[in-house]
Amino acid sequence: MSQQLIQSDVALSAEETRQIDAELAHMPQKSGAAIDALKIVQRHRGWVSDESLIAIARYLEMSPETLEGVATFYNLIYRKPVGKKVVLFCDSVSCWICGCDGVKQKITEKLGVDYGETTADNQYTLIPVPCLGACDKAPVMMVGDDLHTHLDNEKIDQIFAGKLSDGEGS
Amino acid sequence: MENSLREKVLTRNIGPDLVPADMESYEANGGYKALHKVMSGMSPNDCLEVIKASNLRGRGGAGFPTGMKWSFVPMGDKCSPGHKYLVCNADEMEPGTFKDRLLMECDPHQLIEGMILAAYTIQADRSYIFIRGEYLVAIERLEQALADCYKRGYLGNNILGSGYDLEMHVHTSAGRYICGEETALINALEGKRANPRAKPPFPQVSGLWGRPTIVNNVETLCNISHIIDKGAEWFQSLGIGEDSGTKMFGASGHVKNPGCWELPMGTPIREILEKYAGGMADGRKLKGFLPGGGSTDFLVEEHLDLPMDYGSIGSAGSRMGTGTMIILDDKTCPVGMVLNLLRFFAHESCGFCTPCREGLPWTRQVLEDIESGRGRKEDLETLVRQVKYIGAIGNTHCALAPGAMEPLQSALKYFQSDFDAHVEQGCCPYTQGERV
Ligand SMILES: Cc1cc2nc3c(=O)[nH]c(=O)nc-3n(C[C@H](O)[C@H](O)[C@H](O)COP(=O)(O)O)c2cc1C
Ligand code: SF4
Ligand code: FES
Repeated sequence: MSQQLIQSDVALSAEETRQIDAELAHMPQKSGAAIDALKIVQRHRGWVSDESLIAIARYLEMSPETLEGVATFYNLIYRKPVGKKVVLFCDSVSCWICGCDGVKQKITEKLGVDYGETTADNQYTLIPVPCLGACDKAPVMMVGDDLHTHLDNEKIDQIFAGKLSDGEGS
Repeated sequence: MENSLREKVLTRNIGPDLVPADMESYEANGGYKALHKVMSGMSPNDCLEVIKASNLRGRGGAGFPTGMKWSFVPMGDKCSPGHKYLVCNADEMEPGTFKDRLLMECDPHQLIEGMILAAYTIQADRSYIFIRGEYLVAIERLEQALADCYKRGYLGNNILGSGYDLEMHVHTSAGRYICGEETALINALEGKRANPRAKPPFPQVSGLWGRPTIVNNVETLCNISHIIDKGAEWFQSLGIGEDSGTKMFGASGHVKNPGCWELPMGTPIREILEKYAGGMADGRKLKGFLPGGGSTDFLVEEHLDLPMDYGSIGSAGSRMGTGTMIILDDKTCPVGMVLNLLRFFAHESCGFCTPCREGLPWTRQVLEDIESGRGRKEDLETLVRQVKYIGAIGNTHCALAPGAMEPLQSALKYFQSDFDAHVEQGCCPYTQGERV
C-alpha cells in the first residue's frame, strides 16, 4: 500500500453508511461486514480506490492493511477502475468444451480489449470468471447484471452493437 | 421435467417455464406445512431423529450423513451461552455445477423452510445464506422470500408462537472458489481472507466467531422440509439403490439436451445420459465424463451402467461429487480439458500451503507445454509424480489440491494415448495447437 494513502480519506456518503449499517446489524463484529462494505462502496463508486479503502477501514475499525488483504483476496472486488459494465466471461470447463475460446477471441476483436482491460470509451472491462452455474447453456457470460447464454459470434455482434438490450440475449 | 411418473420432490414447484414460486404458490402446494408441524409440537431431538433415520447425505460433494453432522452440535446445558449458527453453502463455484442456482431461483422458500427447520433442530438463533455474488436473480428472490417470511412470522422472534427465535440473512460473496470449503467459508463470513481453518476444532463445536456452526449445501437443506413432513421411510423409498432420496443430476458438454433433472438417487448413468440428456450431439461420441463436477475423476463408457450413488461411483474410482456430469466427446482434447481445469484450480488456490500454491501452477505449466506441442516424454512422468504428491490427502491443508488432481490422474489412466500423441506429434492432434 502506498505512502500517501495513509493521509488521504474520502468520507463515506450518507447512503453508503446507511447500507453498511444495515449489514452491520446482522454481524456480531464490525469486521464481519468487511466484504459487504467493500461491495457497497464499489457499487456506488465503480471500484475501490485506496482512499475508499481507508474510509471503509476507519468505519469498520479495522487496519487498512487488514482490509487491503481482504479486498485483494476476492476476484470481484476491483482495486483498479473498471468500465461502466464489467463483462464476466466464463472460461471454465463446460464453456470451454462448447467453444468459449473462439467467442473470447471474437469479443477481443470486437471490443479491442483482452482480459483485465477496459475499452477506450470506458464502457466495458473484460474479466474471466469461473463457472457461472449455467453450464447447460454454455458458453455464457454476464454483462453488467445480465446473463447471456448460448454465445456465438453473431450474439457477440448483437450484444455489443447495442441492437439487443441487455438481458434479451439470454 | 417431462416424466409424470417420477416423484418430484425438490422440483415440484419448478415447471418448464421456470416461473419462481412465491409465498402464495409455495404454501398452496404444501409449503410451510412442515414448519407448522414442528412448531406445534416436535422437539429439536424429534427432528434430529427423523433426519438421522432418513439417511440423508450431504449434497455439497462429500456425502457426509446430515443427521450425524448435526448431532455433533452441543445442545442444552452442554452448550455454553451464546449464539449458534446455521449456514447455507450457496457458493456453487465447482466448474460444471449448476443445480443450486436452479433450486434457489425457482423455489427460494423451499430452501428457507429447510433452513428454519435445520436451525431449529440444532437450536441455532442466527443463520446465513452464503451465496456467490454473481447469482443476482437468486439473491433478489431469496431476499424477497425472507422479507415475506418475517412478515408471516416464520422468521424473527417467537416463530409461530413457539418461543423459538431465528434471524436469517443473505450474505453475498465476492468471488473465490475456496469460499465453498466450509471452514474457509466461515472465515469469509467473518470478513476475513478465506483460508481454510485447521480441523479440529470442527465447526460443529467451534465455527463462526468460535461458536457452534453447521454448514450445509443448498440441495441438502432443500430436502429437510419434505423429510419432516413425509417421514424417513418415505424418503428412503425414493432412492433406487442404497442411498436415500432424489438427487439433482445434470449433464453439460456436447449432449443433445444439456440440463439438470431431479431423479431417484441410484439412477443409472446411461439413463441420465440417454433418456434425459438425449444422448450425444450429432457427430460426436462419448469419450469420458466427470460424474460430479471439475474435481472428480473421469469415468468412461464401461461405467455407464453404474447407478449414480455415492458407493457405486466411489468403487469405480471416482466420486459422485455434485452429481452434475461434464461430458467429454471424441472431438474435444482430453489434455486441453484437464489443462482448463488445472488453470482454474491453480488460479483459485488460496495460497496457504506450498504443495498447492506452487504445485498447481507447475502442473498447469507442464500441461500447457504438452498441449501446445512442446512436451517431452519426461513431462508425463512429472505429471505422475505431481499427482502422487499434490494429490495425497494430508499433504495439503485442504481438499482443493487433491480435488484438482482427480481429473488429471484419471485422464492419465484412461487417455494415456492422447498424452503420448501430443508428445510424439509435437502438437495437439485435436486442434493442431489452435486452442492453446
Ligand atoms: C475447494 C472446495 C470447494 C467447495 N465448494 C463447495 C460449494 O460451492 N458448495 C457446497 O455446498 N460445498 C462445497 N464444498 C464442500 C463443503 O466444504 C462442505 O463439505 C459442504 O458445504 C457441506 O454441506 P453438505 O454436508 O450439506 O454437503 C467445497 C469443498 C472444497 C474443498
Ligand atoms: S490446498 Fe490450496 S486451497 Fe487448500 S489451503 Fe492449501 S493452498 Fe489453500
Ligand atoms: S462452465 Fe461456464 S457456466 Fe459452468
